[in-house]
Formats: sequence, structure tokens, C-alpha cells
Amino acid sequence: MRVETKQPDVTFEERTRSARSALALLLRKRFQTGNRSFELNVNLETPAGITILFGPSGAGKTTILDCIAGLTAPDSGRIALRDQLLFDDEKRIHIPPQNRRVGYVFQDLALFPHLSVEENVQYGLASLTAAEQRKRSHQILQSFHVATLRDRKPSQISGGERQRVALARALVTEPAVLLLDEPLAALDAAIKSKIVDDLRAWNESHQIPILYVTHSREEVFALGERVIVLQNGKVIAQGTPHEVMTAPRQETIAVLAGFENIFDARVTAIHEDRGTMTCLIAGSNVQLETPLVRADVGSALRVGIRAGDILLASIEPAGLSARNVIPGRVISLAQRDVIVVAKVNCGIELEVHLTLAARDSLQLQPGREVWLVIKTHSCHLMEK
Amino acid sequence: MDWQSFWLTIRLAVLVAAILALCGLPIAYWITYSRWRWKFIAEAVVALPIVLPPTVLGFYILIALGPRSPLGRWWQSLTGHTLAFTFEGLVIGSIIYSLPFAVQPFAASFAAVDQRLLAASATLGASKLRTVFEIILPLSIPGLVTGIALSFAHTMGEFGVVLMVGGNIPGVTRTVSIDIYDKVQAFNYAGANATALLLLAISFTILSLVYALNRKVWAVWPFK
Repeated sequence: MRVETKQPDVTFEERTRSARSALALLLRKRFQTGNRSFELNVNLETPAGITILFGPSGAGKTTILDCIAGLTAPDSGRIALRDQLLFDDEKRIHIPPQNRRVGYVFQDLALFPHLSVEENVQYGLASLTAAEQRKRSHQILQSFHVATLRDRKPSQISGGERQRVALARALVTEPAVLLLDEPLAALDAAIKSKIVDDLRAWNESHQIPILYVTHSREEVFALGERVIVLQNGKVIAQGTPHEVMTAPRQETIAVLAGFENIFDARVTAIHEDRGTMTCLIAGSNVQLETPLVRADVGSALRVGIRAGDILLASIEPAGLSARNVIPGRVISLAQRDVIVVAKVNCGIELEVHLTLAARDSLQLQPGREVWLVIKTHSCHLMEK
Repeated sequence: MDWQSFWLTIRLAVLVAAILALCGLPIAYWITYSRWRWKFIAEAVVALPIVLPPTVLGFYILIALGPRSPLGRWWQSLTGHTLAFTFEGLVIGSIIYSLPFAVQPFAASFAAVDQRLLAASATLGASKLRTVFEIILPLSIPGLVTGIALSFAHTMGEFGVVLMVGGNIPGVTRTVSIDIYDKVQAFNYAGANATALLLLAISFTILSLVYALNRKVWAVWPFK
């Protein structure tokens, strides 16, 4: 993972020319809403394939897509799609959206309500003959498994079908870049993964950059070869989903990536030989053995632990590889879907997730004494 | 029954509604989508006929059409007669008087079209003009029907402006509402009643049809 502390020393032109980057962006845009001002300031490049834009709402994800599509103009910067400049404030280039060859699937899909499925898909093919339009729309509707719906209106088909039609409408024009704004947010996991498979299959043969906006962690892991994390209009991390999400160096990403337990800590000892170090959680006497990072004794950092990575034992376990075994007491138990959320006090309050069966076999209830087991590598260290 | 004034009124209303449909659409489009900062002035001007007494409006239209105004002089040099007290003058006065009744429903229905649909149309390669004809207008049909029917019905029933601009010339500018007024002045209550009842029935029928075909009910000022 690369934490973006400074911009790379490569010029925009060099990056645009490099074969790897199909889409290169350098955007600055200020907004004033009420007395709050927001500044989008990003500099990124993506190759062909799916790149995820991940971040909390209001991070500027949709604005980036709108800038690429030409629906809004950045205050300054450049947007290059392969060797074509779509926007350049210095050269006064702003290609209007209808000439950009962008496929855009909006969050609310924006299917034309007065047109049938087939007419929606053919809308972007106006320059072709009627026969060719019919042929192409039939092909794409078939490959997205909605060919039987072609005479229906968008209001007469299901949510998942609408998503497929919206994807088909955007892809049938053979765009040079595809922008997807949380297109699958409203769907259940099974339908979602089927649609994603169809999208991947399509991109196998087309190889265009696909920017996929989401704030769902599951989608980041399910979809992306690359993820770019945005916060407050800035790129705060990028890399593979595994790099960015499982070993977050910054707390904001940790929260996004689902670390329920985050604490301030101080390094108390470094064990170079074992590749670990000992950290004391602030405001408690809980000592954790953590992986070794470049830090000095006494330096402050933050520790993140996923609730699902903590084991509970009803008696003191022995003969474990896990290095952190801490006594504590259950404060509360709550059921959320099929998991049980336990709050355990061991000098600090930790959230632990376990299954219903585990709760029953341990006979857990508030007040019960338990042992917490945390592996060294389940303790993720972050910059403070 | 004075069929001549009826025929004249219908001719006037059809002509005015047709012209307003053509002129009102670009005005409404501009009012909806322009980001010009002084746009509110244009909106206020378009809405003026709703609040102004017809006599005030009629007076200024009469002056503007008269032989001392540039427009009146130009028309006179073109046709040899003035616009005031003619059918053409009546058409112009009625267009101005009914303008808000066409433009406001048009603009309200344009504004109700989801902006994202316009964005989608643009990203699919459609020009602005194609977006207007294939997305905005089809999705605004209820507002278009409303605007056209309202301007038709409103022109049918106008009185003050017609009297000021057109006077009361049988077959040229005597509309039904003036005819009724004339009959009342002459104590011909039975005649006035017959004509008034017919006008009432026609107006009611048109409005009922519009509301029935158009379940999305609008107000005269339909901006949200």
C-alpha cells in the first residue's frame, strides 16, 4: 500500500503517456455550501479494469465521476482519457459530455421512464441504422440476461433488472471509460455478484477503465483489483483492496474498513529478534504484543482490532500460539442478525463478534468472566 | 345568440393558444435552465399579467400598438392601418395577457424533469436539442396540455384587455364576453344568460377534460 503523503515526482504528461494509465486525472474544485467549504483535490491515474473509489459520503466520489463525464467542470486541472484530453483549464479544453464517449451509470440509474427497455438501450446508438441498433441492443440485453424485457417500461421491471438495463444502456455505446456510481447498492448479495460477473465478462473483451464508486466494504473486496480511498476530497490511500483494507495505516480507513476497536497506545518495548513489539493501551494497563513497525520506544500510535478477530474463552486457555491472552468481564450482549455483539471490559472496552452457537456453548451472559485471545497480527498499527 | 362573436372568440382563442405553445416553450425552457443572475426580472415580467388589472395591461398595450409607438408606426407602414381596434391587435394583446398561463405550467413541468435524465441523455451522446425533443418534452406532456388548455380557456373569457385594445366592433373585435356585457347594458338579460351559460359550459368542459386527462393536478402557480 502507498500512503499518499506527497505527489510522485512524475509529470502529468509523463503519466498520461505511460501505457499503464488509461485514465489520468488532476482535479481541483471548490464548493461553497452555506458557510462550509469543500475542496476536491485529487491526482490519480487508473489502468484498464475495475478501480474502486471508496470513501464516506461527501468525500467527493460522485463529483469526480461528474468531472470525468463533463457534467461539471473542475476549477482547474486536466483529465486525459488515453491520448485524448477531455479537460484542460490551461489549454481551455472542455469537451461537452455528449462528445466524451463516457458510459455513466448513475446512482438512481436515470433510465428514461417514458421509453421501453429497448428504446433506453438504443438511445445512445442514434448514429447507427435502425437494423444495427436493434442488433446491438439485442446482443447486449442478451448478455445481461434481460432480453425478454425489451418492450417493458422501467417502472414495470424489478430493481435488479433495472440495474442490468442501466449497465447495458451505458455499455452498448462502447464507451472509452465506464463510470459506476453505487450502481448495485440497492441489491442483495446474490444478484449483485451475478451482475458483477456479467460486467467482468464484458470487460474481458473491452479492456476499458471502470471507476466504481461505493461505500460498501463488501463490494471493495468483491470487485476491485485496485481501490482508491477518498476522504474530504483527497486521496488518502490506494492499492489492492487487501493492502488498503486489511492493513490500514490511517484511522479513517480503519473505520471504513470495519475496525470496531481502535485505541491510543504507546510503544513500551521492541523485540527486533521476534519481529514484534509491546504496546501499552492508553489509560489502562493492558499490554498487547503487536507486529513490529518502524517506531521508537515511547512513540504514540493507534491500534485497531477487528471485533471478529478476537476469541473468547470461558477458562484461561493454555498452549496457544496467540500471544495476547487477557482476562475480562462481559458487560453486554446484543444480537445483530446472526452474530452476537459482546462488549467485554478488560481495562479497556472491546467489542467482540461471535456466533449464536458460541454464545450458547460458552453460556455467556453479562457479568461473566472470560478470557480474550488476540493474535499478534490481528493488532493493526496505525499512524496517529 | 350572436354566433359571429362566438366564432370570433374561438378563432382568437385557438390562434392565441397555438402561438403561445410555440413562443411559450422556448421562454419556459430559458426560464427553467438559464443561470443568468437577472433571470428573476424576466420571471416577474412574465407573471405580471396575473396580478395587473386587465385595464392597466390593456391601456399599455393600446399605447404600444397605437400610431405613436415604434411598433404601431412599423405596423402602419407595413399594412396601412394601425394595430389598435383590429383582430391582429386583439391577438397580440391576448398573447401578452395569457402568457403566464402557458409559460408557468410549461416551466413547472420542465423543472420537474429529473436533472439526472438530462445528464444521462448527454452522456449517451445526445445533443441539447435532441434531449429537449426526446426527453424533456415527452416527459412534460401533462404540463404542455395544461398550459395550452389554460391559455385557450383564459383567452375565451377575457374582457378588460379586449375592450381596451379592440373596442367593440362586430365581426372584428367583439368577443363573447363583450357581447354579454353589451346585452346586459341593453337590459337583454335572456340573451346575456344564454351566451354566458354557453361560455360557462365550454370553459367548464375544457377544464374538466384537462383535469381528467391529467391526473397530476397543477395550480396556476405550480412552482414547488
